[in-house]
Amino acid sequence: MIKYDSISQLVEKAEHRNIKISELVLEDQAAAMEMTTLQLYEKMQLNFEIMRQSVTEGLKPDQKSMSGLTGGEGYKMSEYACGEGEPLCGRQMSKAIARALAVAGCNAAMGKIVAAPTAGSCGILPGCLVTLYEDRGFQEKDIVMSMFTSGAFGMVIANKASLAGAEGGCQAECGSAAAMAAAALTELMGGTPSQCADACAIAIANQMGLVCDPVGGLVEIPCIKRNVSGLMIAFSAADMALAGISSEIPADECIDAMREVGDALPRTLRETAAGGLATTPTGKKLRDKVFKGED
Amino acid sequence: MNVFDIIGPVMIGPSSSHTAGAVRLGRVVNKLVDNRELGRVEITLSGSFAQTYKGHGTDRALLAGIMGYKSYSPEIRDALDIADKRGIGYSFTKENIKGAHPNTARIHYFLKDGTDGVMQGASIGGGNIMVNSINGMKVEFNGDNNTILVMHEDRPGVIASVTNMMHWGYSDLNISNFRLSRQEKGGDAIMTIEVDNQPPEKLVDDIREIEHVTNAILIRRV
Repeated sequence: MIKYDSISQLVEKAEHRNIKISELVLEDQAAAMEMTTLQLYEKMQLNFEIMRQSVTEGLKPDQKSMSGLTGGEGYKMSEYACGEGEPLCGRQMSKAIARALAVAGCNAAMGKIVAAPTAGSCGILPGCLVTLYEDRGFQEKDIVMSMFTSGAFGMVIANKASLAGAEGGCQAECGSAAAMAAAALTELMGGTPSQCADACAIAIANQMGLVCDPVGGLVEIPCIKRNVSGLMIAFSAADMALAGISSEIPADECIDAMREVGDALPRTLRETAAGGLATTPTGKKLRDKVFKGED
Repeated sequence: MNVFDIIGPVMIGPSSSHTAGAVRLGRVVNKLVDNRELGRVEITLSGSFAQTYKGHGTDRALLAGIMGYKSYSPEIRDALDIADKRGIGYSFTKENIKGAHPNTARIHYFLKDGTDGVMQGASIGGGNIMVNSINGMKVEFNGDNNTILVMHEDRPGVIASVTNMMHWGYSDLNISNFRLSRQEKGGDAIMTIEVDNQPPEKLVDDIREIEHVTNAILIRRV
């Protein structure tokens, strides 16, 4: 059994047996959950299917959040991505951005999503994976397998640090999602287990210290757009790792640092809506618009 | 923890505590109602639930759970309309429940047969819940385990009768948690019994047969 308390252990075990991290994790989790590898695979396949449904749902032009503060971002970005001019980030990345916005918007609109690892950060992994599936011709089975790698990295982060914004700030939610997605992307592109660890480390380092400051306490502003920054960091971290750029600080130490930084964040910047963007004059005005009107 | 706690759960957004956890609190009431006909519910929201329930759809989520939907049911969004169609009345009131967890709801349900009941519980983060009281009596369970609630008169020997019957009749059942709460000496009392295993429905019928037991409910994992 794997304890999921260090990334280096995952890398060593996979490299020792010359298999992918996803294969190692599928086998281990099947044993731990007393299920067959096929049952586990099919469970994960269903999660990928729901992710694709959330993308479709969130790309609708009339998509609107419960509060009315946000909505339609996915549609706008997708129109722009497929429009006449070439977007700055290129078509593929712009479509990936649209998908991350779509899923995060679907969540805000009370649609069905897969928490990955949380509801607030649910757009990052689908934004990355659906793009490789739809635009880069990757096979569904490889993508579903890569989700086991993501999950394993997430378990290590959960054990060593935290995945909750209320505990560790946004770095724990979107930061963890970006790290998990970076590892999956790296594996899908043929990277080695240690390159997956590098991608994870780089992604965490690049979101270090990100605070959780939701306007009105709602999972909308800035959460929806922060899914996009998480996605961009995931792609760039994976590409750096695949280019052979390693992280000077090992992934496990990055996760430890993230925990330390999370603990040091004041309470006002940990999902309490008592600081950051939430307490800007406009942030407060938006909050009042949603909650004061009804009293 | 397993890989599906990280890539998952599948849920209706936007918030695991304010939406998914709220559905699970509602589901506890659904189990308490136990297939009897529900007339209306009066829902009191406290703390953060009171402040932000509209933006998170907490009202819909609670009502959906009360009607038996799960945290991944798309019907959550339309729960108010569904309740209207089913003829279930509902009201939402904001109140600061003293000493309660910030995400607390108190649900007073009225059945068409004239009886009623109250459940108070909190959504404590990540979709996890804690049920704090039922019919004014303190309980403490999280709905992660199979929980048996035994309402009874506070008389000597009732606990022994129940646990003995469980042991002799269902020897595989292992009690993982037990709590007794009563309103006053000799008055109404409630046992909260959590068990490791999946108990059969018949267990509840057998407990109901025991003298001085007024009702028993099995709340399977919610």
